[in-house]
Amino acid sequence: MYAQLVETGVKSIKSLSEMSEQERAFQEKIDSEIKIEAKNWMPDAYRQTLIRQISQHAHSEIVGMLPEGNWVARAPTLKRKLQLMAKIQDEAGHGLYLYSAMETLGADRDEEIAKLHSGRAKYSSIFNYPTLNWADMGAVGWLVDGAAIVNQVVLQRTSYGPYSRAMVRICKEESFHQRQGYEVLLTMMREGNQAQKDMVQDAINRLWWPALMMFGPSDEHSPNSAQSMAWKIKRQSNDELRQRFIDQTIPQLELLGCTCPDPDLVWNAERGHYDFGEIQWDEFYEVLKGNGPCNQERVATRRKAIEDGAWVRQAAVAHARKKTNKNAA
Amino acid sequence: MTTQTDLIQYLLRLGDSALIQGQRLCQWCGRAPALEEELALMNVGLDLVGQARNWLDYAAELLNDGRDADHLAFRRDERAYRNLLLVEQPNGDYAVTMLKQFFYDAWHLEVLQGLSQSSDERIAGIAAKAVKEATYHLRRSGEWVERLGDGTEESHQRMLDAIPLLWRFTIELISGDDSETRLHAAGLVPDAAQIASAWQARVEQVFTRATLPLPAAPSYFYLDARRGLHSEHLGTLLAEMQFLPRAYPDATW
Repeated sequence: MYAQLVETGVKSIKSLSEMSEQERAFQEKIDSEIKIEAKNWMPDAYRQTLIRQISQHAHSEIVGMLPEGNWVARAPTLKRKLQLMAKIQDEAGHGLYLYSAMETLGADRDEEIAKLHSGRAKYSSIFNYPTLNWADMGAVGWLVDGAAIVNQVVLQRTSYGPYSRAMVRICKEESFHQRQGYEVLLTMMREGNQAQKDMVQDAINRLWWPALMMFGPSDEHSPNSAQSMAWKIKRQSNDELRQRFIDQTIPQLELLGCTCPDPDLVWNAERGHYDFGEIQWDEFYEVLKGNGPCNQERVATRRKAIEDGAWVRQAAVAHARKKTNKNAA
Repeated sequence: MTTQTDLIQYLLRLGDSALIQGQRLCQWCGRAPALEEELALMNVGLDLVGQARNWLDYAAELLNDGRDADHLAFRRDERAYRNLLLVEQPNGDYAVTMLKQFFYDAWHLEVLQGLSQSSDERIAGIAAKAVKEATYHLRRSGEWVERLGDGTEESHQRMLDAIPLLWRFTIELISGDDSETRLHAAGLVPDAAQIASAWQARVEQVFTRATLPLPAAPSYFYLDARRGLHSEHLGTLLAEMQFLPRAYPDATW
């Protein structure tokens, strides 16, 4: 998902009897599916967890503009260029919604962005992979946005009201992008030449496993999940969501006429699910630590944008002040 | 020259200019000074590439030689491109980008308003839709010129530095040619002289508010996008933009 491995800072989950009166009232509200709003009392750990998760999610939207920005100037037709530009614009908009949702929790956008630029805040591991051919634009739409949607559809029911409402708006746009991405690949597979078909398979081979990693560590290695589930920030486990994604994506892969880069992938009639191979968790943790293929470039690009733009923002502030003074005079 | 030939050249000029300006905005992706600007730059670029497609579609129909809008966009060399010299200039810093956008928008809106009265219904229709977009673009870029010109000492200086980089290319915004005169006489396009005076008035107004000095009107020297005589910047821009369709000429995307 867009926010992987969110620390809750909580070692063990309190039972209702261990809670203070305030905590118990809060938990009972959560248990009866009443949304928590900005002005309501909430445990500090709940607040901090949400700030971390929503900011990670927002950072992911913004950093996620870069792998696509890499191809927007090279899109092969006017229609594809327009689609990609519209998508990037939506992502910037999603970033804005999410930073706003995060600010309802008392966090400051600039401070959280500074954490991203200094490597203290995470963003989704997927955006640390390079986009190497045009088919990546289709595969990112189909697989990456597809994985994000599986996560975000569930997050529409997350317990914090502003986050949940942001998800409702974001999901509508994301579904559209996903269909467009798939259509990019379908066009290349059905109407394209051999070189284009090879591009599609190559893109899938490179992005398949990183897309599965978007759901975060396996349940047995998700120490923070239990608390997030008890608070109903998370609604389903990483492995459940990953399985759902695989089950719904394999038929789409088959329709494309492509193969899955997982030799262990097989339909399990007994479970009613696909069995799949082991994820390279070493790679996942290396990418999260900052050692992925593009971590340095992604953060450096964002940091440079904000540093180079400092004089622009200062000018805007100075001009606004002058105008206010003029109006007051 | 027939009216048809004149008109095709005119449509290519409109379409190419919008496309190249949109392409320059694409190059800002992920690099803007604020998140709101990321959104706005992509939004404006999207409008412009959409308009480019409409103009190039129509040009392709009139050309009627088997090429479509994509073919015109992705297979013509720089000597065949007809975009304004202004829009092919590099993005530079935000002062250059915003001043370039403003000069273009101030011309573009005026042209589109005129074209929405064209005797050619197709042109009038495309222009009427584009006027709404260009109105927003101009408001935005004009406000940025003002903000940066009358912001901090540094932003003011950067605007002062941006003016000479771009000013000489504005000659194309304020001068028509025989072909345009003929098209205007046929009721197809607005009067170039009127565009020029409206453009100058708008620039003067915004420059005054932005506390920026207005240079003397530029004059022609050698470069002329109407004849495909571009600056050296267009070639590399097209190399990037056209690489895929050139590398895979039989591909469907």
